[in-house]
Amino acid sequence: MAKVKGAVTVNVERCKGCNLCVVACPTDTLSLQANEVNDRGYHYAYMANPDACIGCCSCAWVCPDACIEVYRVTAN
Amino acid sequence: MEIQDIIRPENKVYSTPELLDNVHMHYCPGCSHGVIHKLLAEVIAEMGLTEKTVGISPVGCAVFAYNYIDVDWVEAAHGRAPAVATAISRLWPEDVVFTYQGDGDMSAIGTAESIHAANRGENIVMVFVNNAIYGMTGGQMAPTTLVGQKTATTPYGRRVDLNGHPLEITNLMAILDGTCYVTRQSVHTPANVRKTKAALKKAFQNALDKKGTSVVEVVATCNSGWKMSPEKANEWMAEHMFAKYPLGDLKNE
Repeated sequence: MAKVKGAVTVNVERCKGCNLCVVACPTDTLSLQANEVNDRGYHYAYMANPDACIGCCSCAWVCPDACIEVYRVTAN
Repeated sequence: MEIQDIIRPENKVYSTPELLDNVHMHYCPGCSHGVIHKLLAEVIAEMGLTEKTVGISPVGCAVFAYNYIDVDWVEAAHGRAPAVATAISRLWPEDVVFTYQGDGDMSAIGTAESIHAANRGENIVMVFVNNAIYGMTGGQMAPTTLVGQKTATTPYGRRVDLNGHPLEITNLMAILDGTCYVTRQSVHTPANVRKTKAALKKAFQNALDKKGTSVVEVVATCNSGWKMSPEKANEWMAEHMFAKYPLGDLKNE
């Protein structure tokens, strides 16, 4: 069966660490940085569990700052 | 498969809208305005209306909307966005004109302009962001504030005997003959964001087809004003706001 693999990129400087993408992610891929911050002091989102990503775009749809871009491939 | 093999231009399925300017938005983290701006930028670009759209920004948190979406904008006096939109849509009938208003702009100071523009059936799109509070000025009570909701000016909760009932202005718009499409949506889950985008697209199509006024209310959160985390604000909205402001189409002609 074909397996769908995804990945996201986060525009770190745009991210405000609101956590909405982490809540929306159905596969618990995303998380907020625990210690790292961007220039404005926000704990930005990152792929904490990249293997789980299925590229469903849920995070990107709910992101208020449009800082997430999603990539998806179907691997055989 | 390695991540760098997935992150390639040919595999991209969701990108930041081109019309959204690459500037830092002044909204608080988790604010619904950002999602609605993003959807407007997507809808305008997808419908090919970039050079044909004029937005009217309100007074309120969204006052700087003209800095974020790369179309033509006019900044109106408080509450007067529908009046300005009326003028522009009559002078430039080929253009699509939309107003972007909050609950203070649409249902408090601008009630007369909004109701009369809708009643005249002006060929405009009104985007109404209802977060039940005055976010910009520090979280005071709005006409749409729920009964019992605590705000800066109703610290013990809104009382009907003192403050009156919440105003469902979208329902008022739906009974007017001038409106062709009145809907209420939200942006708190991915599914709802998609529905809101479809609603905005329909409203812009109505404006292109000269069918009359379209009103898209978005029930939104103001996590700073409500004194909650963005996540909790979404939960609170789903629990309390939707009882008073149920989602769905109120009118679709």
